[in-house]
Amino acid sequence: MAPVRVNVPRKARRGEVIEIKTLASHPMETGYRRDNVGNPIPRNIICQFRCTYNGVEVFRADFFPAVAANPFLSFFTVADESGTVEFQWIDDHGNIQAASASIEIE
Amino acid sequence: MDKTLQNTAATRRKFLTAAARLLGVFAILPKVTMRRAAATPDSMAAAIRAVVGEAPVGQGKVKLDLPPLVENGNAVPVTVSVETPMTEAEYVKSIYIFNEKNPQPNVATFYLGPCAGRAQVSTRIRLADSQKVVAIAQLSNNSFWSDSADVMVTLAACLEDLR
Repeated sequence: MAPVRVNVPRKARRGEVIEIKTLASHPMETGYRRDNVGNPIPRNIICQFRCTYNGVEVFRADFFPAVAANPFLSFFTVADESGTVEFQWIDDHGNIQAASASIEIE
Repeated sequence: MDKTLQNTAATRRKFLTAAARLLGVFAILPKVTMRRAAATPDSMAAAIRAVVGEAPVGQGKVKLDLPPLVENGNAVPVTVSVETPMTEAEYVKSIYIFNEKNPQPNVATFYLGPCAGRAQVSTRIRLADSQKVVAIAQLSNNSFWSDSADVMVTLAACLEDLR
């Protein structure tokens, strides 16, 4: 599995609204294309993304084939305590790509 | 001498048959590579109905940011933000993005909570044609708000074949 990239601020003030950016590398094959001999290419997309902060789900997304290849996401959350932010990308075959980042409250 | 003439005639006949067959194959090909029908404004309306049900959808509160003119429909940056305090009492539950002319009317759905702090989400999407994109937000009091944007796409995405 190809790597994923996440961008979480390393330090934040308590109660600060932080931006989290993620980039997964995935072809997001739509299932609507055909290969050079005319056979349909089977659909293979990341259908769900989840983000948990210290075990609590703070953000979730459902993707459809209209999401671009190598899906990029940016969203916000409130930094309330030090800990880890975990990310999961789940594709059509149930494969899970995961990443995590730690954040420290000053 | 006669024999050579006959031979050339035979090869020419063979060549012509082969060529005719090849032509036949090409005549069939376009049928094989025919494209699937795209979603229509009606199917987008149906997909929106499936989400909001009978509830009224208000205009405002939601802001859908999309470039008005897109060169490459394969990766169109889109940002949806909602004006709301994001407190336990009032927050955005979910944000839906729909389109008119891709093969499927749904684009993506985002689920947020009061701990999001700010109701704003950005991603990149595919657009198969110049079309209208709609964003709908569901607030914690179960009211729906929407915004739409028209996009011109120069190079379409989604339906290109590998050739």
